[in-house]
Amino acid sequence: MKGQDMNPQDKTSQDPAMNATDLNKQVLQITLEDRALIKAVEHGLPVTSRPYAEIARQLGTSEQDVIARLQQLTDKGAIKRYGVVVRHKELGYTANGMVVWDVPDDRVEELGMCIGKYSCVTLSYRRPRRLPDWSYNLFTMVHGSDRDEVAKKVEDIVNECGLQDIEHTILFSTRRFKQRGASYAQGNTETRPKTMKPKTRAAAKLRLIKNADKP
Amino acid sequence: MTDSINDFSPLEQHLLNDYQRDMSLSATPYADMAKQLDVSEEKVLETIQSLQDRGVISRVGPVFRPNKIGVSTLAAMAIPKQDLECVARIISAFPEVNHNYEREHEYNLWFVVTASSAEHLDIVLHEIEQHTEYPLMSLPMLDDYFIDLGFQLKASATK
Repeated sequence: MKGQDMNPQDKTSQDPAMNATDLNKQVLQITLEDRALIKAVEHGLPVTSRPYAEIARQLGTSEQDVIARLQQLTDKGAIKRYGVVVRHKELGYTANGMVVWDVPDDRVEELGMCIGKYSCVTLSYRRPRRLPDWSYNLFTMVHGSDRDEVAKKVEDIVNECGLQDIEHTILFSTRRFKQRGASYAQGNTETRPKTMKPKTRAAAKLRLIKNADKP
Repeated sequence: MTDSINDFSPLEQHLLNDYQRDMSLSATPYADMAKQLDVSEEKVLETIQSLQDRGVISRVGPVFRPNKIGVSTLAAMAIPKQDLECVARIISAFPEVNHNYEREHEYNLWFVVTASSAEHLDIVLHEIEQHTEYPLMSLPMLDDYFIDLGFQLKASATK
């Protein structure tokens, strides 16, 4: 039955081209003042009794103004969630598998919603295919205490959402090089200090070797 | 070092579980939590600071919705083993990169790049390719099917 729903043409059809205009369309107009506010809160609130008063001091405005503008950003849909942001690994969810699925275009939403409902799943996004290198168009993040548990959960999802005919693969993470909140507020690349990073891979490698020599 | 969920005190479990979303936008959010949990504000501040210092929580505050106040993309690269560490370091050094993971696949390096505009994003992606001398595959989000309710701990918080 599931197989009949699949139109083989869907699998080869091109995804909508993503370009700068498409991406910019969804972006809200943000004032410079709000950019400064976003920059002040994006890596977390101060852990003090009056966190917004402290942010207000940094920005040269009032506590009420900071709270009101954060409320406006929430109302405009810029804020998805507000609260404690946990790091999964430190909570004993040591295995996280990025499970990618090659779903017929006309079923991405239906299946993305089905997978997104599970409590062990933290992301369910549609992304473009990049044929011939990359054919998966639905990305989900599945967490568990170990790989076997993640694999078992994926098996459950396959059975319960009826994904037996949908090709998928699990990409387990083996190392975390960086995890922190998104930084939306930095200026243009032209103004970013170039000295922050080595110019080339060769230079970075050299630095790694030099650092390795240090006691 | 990985803590097991059972290593957390009841107060820690409540702070981890109950405040991942809908935290009040009041002037005194920590005092509000303290009142609900029937402990002192000082104790809440101390415990949150400790969870943060131990890396259990990355922060307290807003999680911005993708592509609303800036644009982002998931990028993937296929890097030979001997260059992986080095390339990963170059990429992590970009302030626009906020997640960077090694994954078991031919595409073995996966990271998220966020910028204030699509033009800025393109410049950063181009710079990453230049600096690392490897091509990247950019996979921007087209649709989001996940309603973010936070991340529930497995063991229910003990009362």
